[in-house]
Amino acid sequence: MGHHEPVTDWTTDFDHTDDVWAADPYPIWDELRRTCPVAHTGRYGGAWLPTRFEDVAAIAYDTERFTSRSVVMSEFRPPAMLAPAGIAPPISSDPPYHKDARRMLLPIFSPQAVEALEPATRAYCRELIAAMDGRDVVDAAEEYAQHIPVRVIANMLGLPQTDAETFRGFVNHVLEGVSLPLEQRAEGMIALFGYLQGHIDDHIAEPRDDLISFLLDSELEGQKLDPFQVARTIGLLLIAGIDTTWSAIGASIWHLAKTPADRERLVAEPALVPVAIEELLRAYAPVTMARLVKQDMDWNGCPMKAEEWVLLSFPSANRDPDEFDRPDEVIIDREVNRHAAFGLGIHRCAGSHLARMEMRVALEVWLDAFPAFHLVDPAAVHWSGGQVRGPRQLPVRIGPA
Amino acid sequence: MVIDADRCEGHGRCWAGAPEVFEPDDIGNGQVVGDGRVPVELEHRARLAVANCPEHAITIEES
Ligand code: HEM
Ligand code: SF4
Repeated sequence: MGHHEPVTDWTTDFDHTDDVWAADPYPIWDELRRTCPVAHTGRYGGAWLPTRFEDVAAIAYDTERFTSRSVVMSEFRPPAMLAPAGIAPPISSDPPYHKDARRMLLPIFSPQAVEALEPATRAYCRELIAAMDGRDVVDAAEEYAQHIPVRVIANMLGLPQTDAETFRGFVNHVLEGVSLPLEQRAEGMIALFGYLQGHIDDHIAEPRDDLISFLLDSELEGQKLDPFQVARTIGLLLIAGIDTTWSAIGASIWHLAKTPADRERLVAEPALVPVAIEELLRAYAPVTMARLVKQDMDWNGCPMKAEEWVLLSFPSANRDPDEFDRPDEVIIDREVNRHAAFGLGIHRCAGSHLARMEMRVALEVWLDAFPAFHLVDPAAVHWSGGQVRGPRQLPVRIGPA
Repeated sequence: MVIDADRCEGHGRCWAGAPEVFEPDDIGNGQVVGDGRVPVELEHRARLAVANCPEHAITIEES
């Protein structure tokens, strides 16, 4: 984002929005894991960065000493009085409140519900491919990966497809605008909730068979959700469901574009796609989450202060040699792969079954249409920085050179 | 095979990888199919589920 001083020392002054991190964070994490496995920065009012699997897991499980009150690290800390629900339950909630808020969402994203969405998702991926007819070079991030989760979630929620551009803008603002001044961030949030409120009012007047009406009808702690709670939940689903999946699909296509052997193997053996997806999720895990330290404490020798952040780098954990054999290699048929791309513990990604289905269908349809494709220019690939990392520009050649 | 329901967080690695041995309940948490006995030909996949469960929720009781 470039609103900050460049980083010169990653052990004492890291910044996850730095351009060097966005372009290629793996060498930074590898070095930290070896030399300073829990790094610190004074930026954002103080933050820690564990890079080992073991430490990331321990903090993810420790909901006593670390709160999820905000999972997006910025200068802004939501007021403590919002706990235990937080701004966007269940991702921002701590026990015991978290459990029921999460339980309410799980049936919507159950494997059975996700299966029912597969045919529409496949048809939509094919439409995107059909629109590329006759072209030799396309942007796989902008013209393919990005549209799939937007379309799927808009359908589920019952929001008009024509608003896709609008919610991509909101999501981008929340996730990538973390170093913007507070007033500008607040404006973005107000715009998002204003937009959602309009649709919620429509659904109250005229209930339909979609997720917004389902949520309006849901109960938590024995009470119907109020429209504002519904808006917050929808806001969460838009933010959690779009950039993340877009990044995962994009990174997978990027890998296959630059790795002909893996691409050919998947074209020849489509049944391997689900195994390959787990490996691509491990190696290019798109999502890093944050926690806030509840009280001053010594954590394994680190003097953590109340209200300091911890960045839970699932992507770095997934590259830890103590947990994975040959962690830096993508082994497309890796069988033993206990990766943490969807988090660990009580906040395990509620949308993981949906995300896996979208990834699988997106890759199947793409490989079926383009059994051979490659990067036009590795330097033209542009990655987002911050807590959701994936290719945002990804020009690939699908036709004759 | 036994799944510890208190540890399972519904990652679905077990039922996706070895559907003959595990199945999802209505929220996606894993449960064992039938009495949890695994025929020899499925043993490899059952062991992989143990190795891949992110929550270390699955154990094998040898008989
Ligand atoms: C490949 C794509 C995705 C990745 C890598 C991913 C990753 C994650 C991670 C790491 C967490 C844990 C949060 C934490 O520990 O604080 C999480 C939580 C969550 N994700 Fe995803 N996600 C993806 C797609 C989705 C989709 C498609 C949806 C739904 C539309 C979704 C909805 C959620 C929700 C609701 C939570 C909060 C669960 C809770 O706090 O109990 N995610 N996700
Ligand atoms: S893999 Fe583990 S956490 Fe996931 S559903 Fe199976 S038992 Fe539960």
